[in-house]
Amino acid sequence: MIRWGLLLLIFQANLLLASAEIVPFSDESLRPRYQQLIEELRCPKCQNQNLADSNSPISQDLREQVRRLLEEDLTDAEIKEYLKSRYSEFILYRPEVNQNTWLLWAAPVLFLIIGILVLYRLYFNSAASARAVTPEKNGLDSHNQQRLDELLQENRDQQ
Amino acid sequence: MNKISSRLALFLPLGLFAALSLVLLMGLDKDPTELPSALVGERFPAFALPDLENQDEILSRADIEGEVLLVNVWATWCFACRIEHPHLNTLAEQGVKIIGLNYKDQRKPARLWLLERGNPYAFNIFDAEGSLGIDLGVYGAPETYLVDAQGIIRHRRVGVVDPRIWAQEFSQLYYELTGERPELSGAP
Repeated sequence: MIRWGLLLLIFQANLLLASAEIVPFSDESLRPRYQQLIEELRCPKCQNQNLADSNSPISQDLREQVRRLLEEDLTDAEIKEYLKSRYSEFILYRPEVNQNTWLLWAAPVLFLIIGILVLYRLYFNSAASARAVTPEKNGLDSHNQQRLDELLQENRDQQ
Repeated sequence: MNKISSRLALFLPLGLFAALSLVLLMGLDKDPTELPSALVGERFPAFALPDLENQDEILSRADIEGEVLLVNVWATWCFACRIEHPHLNTLAEQGVKIIGLNYKDQRKPARLWLLERGNPYAFNIFDAEGSLGIDLGVYGAPETYLVDAQGIIRHRRVGVVDPRIWAQEFSQLYYELTGERPELSGAP
């Protein structure tokens, strides 16, 4: 019984959250753009939340501002520029490519290339050593046996 | 030769790790809540908002241009503003012109605040909706802007201006602009 009660409470809480904000639009086609924008814009007061997720007063104000700008017929790019000129690039969750951020954008590709190179080398090295293995009595393959002999010889020479 | 370079290659991960550690170590000192300022070097945004004391008087950008001054964003709901207020009083006593931007507040408690704690402001812009706040990129009170005689924002501080911050961030710049060096006691 209690369990059902708790379950009911959880559902009700969801309903409450869902209906917390009703954003009126003169034209319903603006709504998906609004949703997209507030998900891509970052709350300046929070470290890691977008405008859609954050309930801080500044996020509420900025959501309202985004709505107003959409009604004023600004494009998405213009709205982002508007906020960027006031709150700096921090507000863009998808930062633009410029001299500060190019490494950030290029990093995944760079790491992919490095990863492929490492795998390539590992694969070919192991293939090469697999071919070279010929078990000897002391467990060393011929290549290492040769190196061991060389090192011992060098040591003797030095003494 | 080939052997030596392949030996050195073994140290590559260690080197990369050291480089990464160094970068991350430098990051530790940074305050992540401090945003890069978009408005430094720009003109103070235009506005038309009522005076806190007299709601019939509409203030505009012309009222703050022509003199070096501080614009201080404050509100009665802002706890840190309580800590900052005495410092503003001290600065005002030494002749620093400070304009208040009463941000998303109510007239009555704001006026009471000034009566109780002293009034360091030449006048207060009453921004109940936070519209000038958005144009300035305000994301938390208190904030303080140093504006030069041409109306250009020269410095911005998000957070309390205390003796340390004044000495570190404002004092020299204010001196260069005005030839005066007001001080806050307790500066290191």
